[in-house]
Amino acid sequence: MSPAIGATLNRVDGRFKVRGESRYSAEVPVPNLTHAVVVNAKIASGRITAIDTSEAERAEGVLAVLTHRNLSPVATVPKLLPSLAGLAAPGQSFFPMQDETIHYAGQPVAIVVADTIERADHAGTLIRFEYAPTPATTLLDQARDQAYVPERIFGGLLPGHASRGDVAKALAEAEVCVDTTYRFAPNHHNPIEPSASTAVWEDADRLTVYDSTQGPNSVQFTLAELLGLPPISIRVVSHAVGGSFGSKAMVWHHPALAALAARHVGRPVRLVLTREQMFTSCGHREEQEQRITLAAGADGRITALRHHKLSLTSPFDDWAEPSLQSPSVAYTSPNYEGIYHLVRGNTITPTFTRAPGEATGMFALECAMDELAERIGVDPLELRLRNYSATDPESGKPWSSSGLTECYQRAAELFGWHGRDPRPRSRREGQWLIGTGMASALYPVTQPVNPQRARARLYNDGTAVVEAGVSEFGTGVFTAMTQVAADGLGIPVERVRFVGGSSDLPNVTAAVGSAGTSAVGSAVHLATTQLRDELIRRAVADDHSPLRGADPAAVQVRDGKMVLRDRPDVGETYADLMHRTFMPDVEVLGTWNPPPQDAGYGVHTFGAQMAEVAVDADLGVVRVRRMVGVFAPGRVLNRKTAHSQLMGGMLWGLGQALLEATRMDPRMGRWANASLGDYLVPVNADAPDVVVDTIEVHDEVVNPLGMKGVGEIGVVGVAAAIANAVHHATGRRQYELPITLEKLL
Amino acid sequence: MRPVSYSRATDVGAAIGAVSADPESAFLAGGTTQVDLLRIYVEQPRRLVDINDLPLNRIEELPGGGLRLGGLARMSDVAEEPELVRRYPMVAEALLLGASPQLRHMATIAGNLMQRVRCSYFRDVAAGCNKRAPGTGCSAIDGINRGHAVLGTSDCCIATHPSDLGVALVALDAVVQTEGPGGTRSIPIDDFFLLPGQTPEREHPLTHGELVTGIDLPPLPVAATSRYIKIRDRESYEFALASVAVAMSVVDDRITEIRLALGGVATKPWRARQAERLLDGAPATTESFTRAAEAELAPAVPHGMNTFKIELARRTIVRALEIMAQREGTT
Amino acid sequence: MKSYEALRTAPNPDHAVVRGPGEVEVHLHVNGESRTAIIEPRVSLLDALRDRLELTGTKKGCNQGACGACTVWVDGRRVLSCLTLAITCENREVTTIEALSEGDTLHPMQQAFLDCDAFQCGYCTPGQIMSAVALLAEGHVGDDTEIGEWMSGNICRCAAYPHIRAAIRRVRDEGGPGDASR
Repeated sequence: MSPAIGATLNRVDGRFKVRGESRYSAEVPVPNLTHAVVVNAKIASGRITAIDTSEAERAEGVLAVLTHRNLSPVATVPKLLPSLAGLAAPGQSFFPMQDETIHYAGQPVAIVVADTIERADHAGTLIRFEYAPTPATTLLDQARDQAYVPERIFGGLLPGHASRGDVAKALAEAEVCVDTTYRFAPNHHNPIEPSASTAVWEDADRLTVYDSTQGPNSVQFTLAELLGLPPISIRVVSHAVGGSFGSKAMVWHHPALAALAARHVGRPVRLVLTREQMFTSCGHREEQEQRITLAAGADGRITALRHHKLSLTSPFDDWAEPSLQSPSVAYTSPNYEGIYHLVRGNTITPTFTRAPGEATGMFALECAMDELAERIGVDPLELRLRNYSATDPESGKPWSSSGLTECYQRAAELFGWHGRDPRPRSRREGQWLIGTGMASALYPVTQPVNPQRARARLYNDGTAVVEAGVSEFGTGVFTAMTQVAADGLGIPVERVRFVGGSSDLPNVTAAVGSAGTSAVGSAVHLATTQLRDELIRRAVADDHSPLRGADPAAVQVRDGKMVLRDRPDVGETYADLMHRTFMPDVEVLGTWNPPPQDAGYGVHTFGAQMAEVAVDADLGVVRVRRMVGVFAPGRVLNRKTAHSQLMGGMLWGLGQALLEATRMDPRMGRWANASLGDYLVPVNADAPDVVVDTIEVHDEVVNPLGMKGVGEIGVVGVAAAIANAVHHATGRRQYELPITLEKLL
Repeated sequence: MRPVSYSRATDVGAAIGAVSADPESAFLAGGTTQVDLLRIYVEQPRRLVDINDLPLNRIEELPGGGLRLGGLARMSDVAEEPELVRRYPMVAEALLLGASPQLRHMATIAGNLMQRVRCSYFRDVAAGCNKRAPGTGCSAIDGINRGHAVLGTSDCCIATHPSDLGVALVALDAVVQTEGPGGTRSIPIDDFFLLPGQTPEREHPLTHGELVTGIDLPPLPVAATSRYIKIRDRESYEFALASVAVAMSVVDDRITEIRLALGGVATKPWRARQAERLLDGAPATTESFTRAAEAELAPAVPHGMNTFKIELARRTIVRALEIMAQREGTT
Repeated sequence: MKSYEALRTAPNPDHAVVRGPGEVEVHLHVNGESRTAIIEPRVSLLDALRDRLELTGTKKGCNQGACGACTVWVDGRRVLSCLTLAITCENREVTTIEALSEGDTLHPMQQAFLDCDAFQCGYCTPGQIMSAVALLAEGHVGDDTEIGEWMSGNICRCAAYPHIRAAIRRVRDEGGPGDASR
């Protein structure tokens, strides 16, 4: 029996998905269901002065019209805390519909519940609001002068500024200096499944919510706080989630609003956000600009990095996506200064968006590196190698594992990098200018801070159920956990069923920061190997077992049979042992305690990105012709699903580079393109074939299986590789994302 | 969406009768614009008259060598009609570069001409928009207007006409056939699309209850050498930032016949008559093309974010003409 | 014109009658079965399928015709059910993802999507597959550029696009059923 881990197993939930049988949160059949629609504020700042709900209340099929006047208030004001912390995880320190104040456009101001979705939706338009608007800030340019440096960002988890060495001195003494500023349009996640919550009260203190979330337990804990109920009163179920990319990583208002509305009408309520509401209800990647100052010697060795970020946050929270983390450790640099600057505006609190922070931070750094390489006349790949840091430059500690130089080498081979003519505009095919570019990819290995649990139960027919509260939103985690469990127990994957997606199951932290599979995988590994060891212990202690008296360490399990490692003919199956000893099943709860943050190692995931673009010489149209990404994400549990995720991440990078921008109209304080027709994401024809490869690195520090995660690293660096390729093709540097054609006319 | 009643018409007269008798009624054909706009309250009829069963979906030969496209013919069927592909390739290309395969199966070609603008302020009932709510001002002029028009604009409206098909049709001098309470009429395509002027709410000369029954493509040999070039951010499934429909014949390196129209940059499908005048009889050279493109865009008015469209349109014209000249040169 | 006249199975409704705006009885023919829904004329085919007929395999992604997740076949052609009113389908044949497998045997396209890992979250997948099978019948599957263009009406935010093309190529090359009327 060859190991299941690393195999290219088809998705275990795939059959249901290709048949349309998976039930997403808005699809779970519920008797007596009603439909709720949220009505949003059209102004960005001010207060409601009058509301007339009479027409809406009279409309056919309407069961309730709720505003701040008649909605039960929440029990606590939420406090933003990233879901990685494993506790309640509200997306912002604010809950709407508690009073008449409007802080941002799109803030919920009413909920209508009706017997059909059409009636609820129409009745929502019949509510008349009068507002007293006040001036709003929705763009950085409106309030640059009011920028401040926060003490901490990210729900208090990260410092607002950091430094090492003496940057000013190094800059003054630099032989070469690159000083550039990059601007980034806001981005929205736009999973194809809009967020949805279906709330069912079984009785006054028992609530079930079917919710589209990256963390059922996060939703459970958050709802408990907001509703003033103990966690035992709340069950959150997430059978299948239609993509998230960060939009479902935190807990926003809709599950609680659905629960409150359901309690009000005394019937189950389904609340599905509209596509337009997905732009104002679950955060976004904030508008930002980043200034990078690189000082280097004539040989390109970096002597100082200064990295300042300015971004827009909400009235409630000091939020900035952590763009300075990976750049600060990407290269050896004795002198460093990183500072976040924030401007408060009238927006929902921004949030995680795939490769949060690194997608923008590494863009800035890697474009500046390309400029430095050009300045000193060194190949961009060679410049990276010259500045490669074998240790974490921040702490001086060794990397738990790296693989970066192998990634560079493999990517260069796959792409055909070597022999590249560095001169801009050196390649032309008809109307197309052809260019190539590269970038490094780094993403921190984030670890949960609390114990991660999974339960394994083996039945006496040799089949096993393994459970944990993780949700499946496209990562392939249910498939990978089936493989981990099969290897842990020593049985084929066909005999394992993994069950996840409910807060009733053993608690794991929300699957965020590329840490989801590692966290639950470690727990599943421990649960299943402990269960296996338990049965081996019983066998060697059992007088009737062929293994009686054997050293447990000398026993291994293959295909459900415990055998002596050096005498495979001696042994018995789990089933034989369990039948003989009257055991219907055996169950073990595995608990993985993540290592402390400061374990004596720098922990990061590394990779290399390369892209070839064609730029229409006259019309400025940019098309990506091919991409290569090579990553060292530690142990790969399932090559097929992992490569898919990395490929998807790389195509996300393509979207970030060329297409994606949410446009704010500052006069109204509203997004002007809140639709999938106007917010452009890549379509099939935009996506070239993508070469993905992985370098296996062994990592004993991060977790028992040595996994570092594949969810975000694929995105990181792609936009820079594309921008650098555009420069190579055209000779024009790009300082703003997305790179739309008018920048190249 | 407001509550709405529904009936289905099986003959043209009954359909026209039903809609013209009720000012709050509307035809429902492919629905790709109508249902979308109903859902966001931009259009609010009380009654829909489903005309999908009307016998108006045929493609027929016209006496004299033209083609009549039934108003209810679907974009996908028209695009794959062999005679149309052979005689009017730019029409097929314009259709296939529009929307998505699913939408093309649904949308009719009459509906394509009647589609409303994609301006986000037009689609946002909380924003001022003279086209949707006359007198409330144009939010786009000083707003997010990257996709907006630079030709044919007024101080009331700068929304771009979204149709690709319309661009090819104006280049061909197609004729729109209609039937309404007052009988039938033929409307030259260029008169079918109205400039916004001070009445942007009026987009075409049809009266309430008047139905586009067909579109006539005139016999036009030059149309057999024609192209539709569309420039956009995304490779597919997006409206044009700039597009060009061109039919051209070249004899001894001189342009003997030229038909040119622009899309994505104007408030109506834009016949480039100024450029045509300069090109007619001119040498088929990049210099001629550039001069013509510059002349056509000379009256263009930028509004901030869409300034680039003037240069983009110029270059797209030159590109389209160069493609035609190369092709003509090699045949 | 395609031969979908033969697919029209339900009797034609009474045309002269104005129905609604309240709830009316709407007779649909879905996946070979006659189904009746009591709905208002404004109800989309998508919402009728999902909320009234419990056919939730068809997905709602944007409700604006901009994503393709709601792709179904009406009279054998792929269309967007979010921009189609259910009542307009009364004498037409509606086919959804639920009808694609024959019992437990996956349609070759479903199997190819599974084997090629042509999806991640799976939410756009039914629409992709309905589009892909119809595309084979339409015939625009010559090369990857053509497949990409003709599949661009279905957005996959997980960006499984290269694998979606691979799945379609596989079914094309195996000469598997591309019969959209199946």
